[in-house]
Amino acid sequence: MSTTTLIRDVNFERDLSIRKIKGKIFEILAFFAVLLGIAMLLTLLIDVFFDGLPWLSTRLFTEFPSRFPEKAGLRSALQGSIWLMVLTAAMAVPIGIGAGVYLEEFAPQNRITRFIEINVANLAGVPSIIYGLLGLGLFVRQLGLGRTLIAGAMTMALLVLPIIIVTTREAIRAVPRSIRQAALALGATDWEVSRDHVLIYSAPAIMTGVILAMSRAIGETAPLITIGALTYIAFDPKGPFDIFTVLPIQIFNWVSLPQSSFHGLAAAGIIILLLVLLSMNALAIWLRNRLIIRW
Amino acid sequence: MTTTIKSLVSLNHQKRNRERVLVRALTFIFAFVSVGTTAGIIYELLKETVLFFQEVSIIEFFTDTRWTPLFASKRFGVLPLVNGTLLVAAGAMLVAVPLGLLAAIFLSEYASERLRKILKPILEILAGIPTVVYGYFALLFITPILQDLFPQTQIFNAASASIAMGFMILPLMASVSEDALSAVPRSLREAAYAMGATKFETATQVVLPAALSGVAAAFILAVSRAIGETMIVAIAAGQQPKLTLNPLESIETMTAYIVQVSLGDTPHQSIAYKTIFAVGMLLFVMTLVMNIVSYFITKRFRERYE
Amino acid sequence: MFAKVRPLFFLLVVAGLVLSACAPAATPAAVTEAPERIVEKTVIQTQVVEVEKVITPTAGPVEGTILVDGSSTVAPITQAVAEEFQALYPEVRVPVGISGTGGGFKKFCNGETDISDASRPIKPSEVELCQKNGIEYIELPVAFDGLAVMVNPSNNFAACLTVEELKKIWQPEAEGVITNWSQVREGFPNQPLTLYGAGTDSGTYDYFTAAIVGKEGSSRGDFLPSEDDNVLVQGIAGDPNALGFFGLAYFEENQDKLKLVAIDNGNGNCVLPDLTTVSQGTYQPLSRPLFIYVNRARVDQKDEISLFIDFYLKNAGQLSREVGYIPLTDEIYALAQKRYDNRVTGSIFEGQGSTIGVSLADLLAKE
Repeated sequence: MSTTTLIRDVNFERDLSIRKIKGKIFEILAFFAVLLGIAMLLTLLIDVFFDGLPWLSTRLFTEFPSRFPEKAGLRSALQGSIWLMVLTAAMAVPIGIGAGVYLEEFAPQNRITRFIEINVANLAGVPSIIYGLLGLGLFVRQLGLGRTLIAGAMTMALLVLPIIIVTTREAIRAVPRSIRQAALALGATDWEVSRDHVLIYSAPAIMTGVILAMSRAIGETAPLITIGALTYIAFDPKGPFDIFTVLPIQIFNWVSLPQSSFHGLAAAGIIILLLVLLSMNALAIWLRNRLIIRW
Repeated sequence: MTTTIKSLVSLNHQKRNRERVLVRALTFIFAFVSVGTTAGIIYELLKETVLFFQEVSIIEFFTDTRWTPLFASKRFGVLPLVNGTLLVAAGAMLVAVPLGLLAAIFLSEYASERLRKILKPILEILAGIPTVVYGYFALLFITPILQDLFPQTQIFNAASASIAMGFMILPLMASVSEDALSAVPRSLREAAYAMGATKFETATQVVLPAALSGVAAAFILAVSRAIGETMIVAIAAGQQPKLTLNPLESIETMTAYIVQVSLGDTPHQSIAYKTIFAVGMLLFVMTLVMNIVSYFITKRFRERYE
Repeated sequence: MFAKVRPLFFLLVVAGLVLSACAPAATPAAVTEAPERIVEKTVIQTQVVEVEKVITPTAGPVEGTILVDGSSTVAPITQAVAEEFQALYPEVRVPVGISGTGGGFKKFCNGETDISDASRPIKPSEVELCQKNGIEYIELPVAFDGLAVMVNPSNNFAACLTVEELKKIWQPEAEGVITNWSQVREGFPNQPLTLYGAGTDSGTYDYFTAAIVGKEGSSRGDFLPSEDDNVLVQGIAGDPNALGFFGLAYFEENQDKLKLVAIDNGNGNCVLPDLTTVSQGTYQPLSRPLFIYVNRARVDQKDEISLFIDFYLKNAGQLSREVGYIPLTDEIYALAQKRYDNRVTGSIFEGQGSTIGVSLADLLAKE
């Protein structure tokens, strides 16, 4: 009797150490995965900084593009990008979150809902340039908006909408039913449950979706060229109904020029683009951290 | 007195119900915007695709093995482009899925709150780097390294684009998976620990399966992104449509082809220009079929707790 | 929760708008009464650049927007002209797009743009579209683009190639067959041949194939194409077996990494492309003209457009040189100016879209 107990103990101890080692190896691997991603990012950034830092100056913010690299700047492209981001977010965020809320909270389990869901999932994979073709045909030509910021923003909003919708849904889905049921038990309508309880818990994850979406939008080149965002603009856009260019287009244009000085300028432009991105991200992360509630 | 209270309560209910109905209607319209978008895309693509197939046979389109609409002797077999797209996407997923999932598990299960707060945003920066930057990075940094390791690597190749794309998609995979993993209630983990499981066993055998629907959603988003990505492949993968499984060779994807022609010098009334709509339509249908299939698969795996 | 978010959101929006509003306005140049020719000398690195500006008297301040779109090859020239013009007339806005020659024509013939940049003449289908929409155009050549053939600097045997040899290398029948330098000419070493070239959807490719193989778009499929000429530079510079073609401007910026091949157009003379040979037309057949197409009606309706075109024609020679292209001869510029002054519409190529082996001067003089 006592011998069997001893064998069981020995086996268990040995197995436990093996299991613990497996766990440790896995943890190291997982950490490595994160490190690899960061290492790649650092390599890319160092590469860009190396080329771009010598060309970084306030001139990039105050000057318009020029055929002389010493005089060239990103003034028009920077304004275009910021305008575009603000307008796109203004349209995509409410519609995206609203659609996500509908699909997750209110939608009955019927054919129409399934149809909408398949639509959304599919749209996430449509290449950006097809959105450009859509934007050109519908917003620029049909609605007569021309190659303006508003047409560009509407196109980009359609592009990022699926990302926001999908992540909003996942965020809402993660909220435990018990919270909903408690609110319902106290007499809240389903909309009040969403507004006052569910959305508050899912807000951080929704912010993740918005961050990912806007990050995507800021780097897009091809669809904006297709709808007519121009390369060479030597004036400040006056409002949403003005023509424009954006940072990635200007950078793309500079990289294709033969003079190597423009390649350095392009790298500097990328640094600025990343800075704009970082500040957007920082803002959203700050919001996310303030809103998170772990249950 | 009772009637006043009753009527006040009833008024309040009416107001709240009205609000509820209004919100339902409004959000339904918002959700329907996606349907409108699809309708718009189909209309724009179909318009020209129909005209295209009046001049080129559908059979040739799907069975011919050469794609040369921009050359003098035109052949319209789309298979090389499809091959290019799938080759690059598969390579990208090979990078993004294991790394992304591992990263997600690390962030959700092993990292301290402080570490997570630092690492997660850094990974998200990877997603924000403009795709043109990734494209040039693939061309100017990754390709030379590949050429050193495998001398037969061409200056344009699928592998460079795959690697760059994999890292671009990694944050998508990691972030969305990590949100799904974090959402699994602590009680499940604690139950597993109570049963004597190690952290590794809990993470992989309890938490991950519980979060499977979220992970699957991340996977589908990532694959969709990989297939639809344009600039990285346009810059680094090449413009030579060919049927090959060798990632070290130059190929062309469907998206790169569309960019090449729509920004190029072809007159917009020509048959060569119409090809981009046919290719776009095919791309659209492919992702649609893929999504319908995966929709039904994920529905089966979704679990609810509590 | 939303109350907390709102102030920050507003801050972001305001920040974006403040950036645009706060930008300092450019100082306006004085518009004088009598026409005067101002020749401005600017020292850029070691070059002294002279830009001739013509200031003509107008009824009031010149303002408006001139929309230009089209070829990405011609765009640098138009941008240079626009830059100088806008410095002179700060109230005029001249945005320039790069939708490609095809995209540019589509927009132009829909009336969406005022001027279309084109690296090839207008094609029949585009002529039709313009006609359908009642758009009349003035076709004006503005510069030459030299197409250079290049090899790796270590290549010391291919200093001169004939058009026949190039055809042998590039024609469709050569695919998979001509894979070695020794097959190109007796005496060339036994080295594999790797080919690089402009993308198949570019005007450069169309022109090269038309000039060398004899038919536009007709070439072998197994070469490495790229829309970005910088990549071709890199490819050829790193590959001792390489042979490629692309715009001369890219060679000029990378002379230490590439070696230029002289072209023999069948008469025994090996000609290297440079300022003189391309401009004078001795570097054949690989010199191609670049064009702008102007909306004829708007030239008379909008002062700023007529001034701009005038300015363009007078300064294209100098400015095209600055951005790496080759100016036309004075004779051709004079003919173009005359064509513009007389508002002659239509294409001298009768909408056939090809310019191989024809003399611009002859065609313009015919009108």
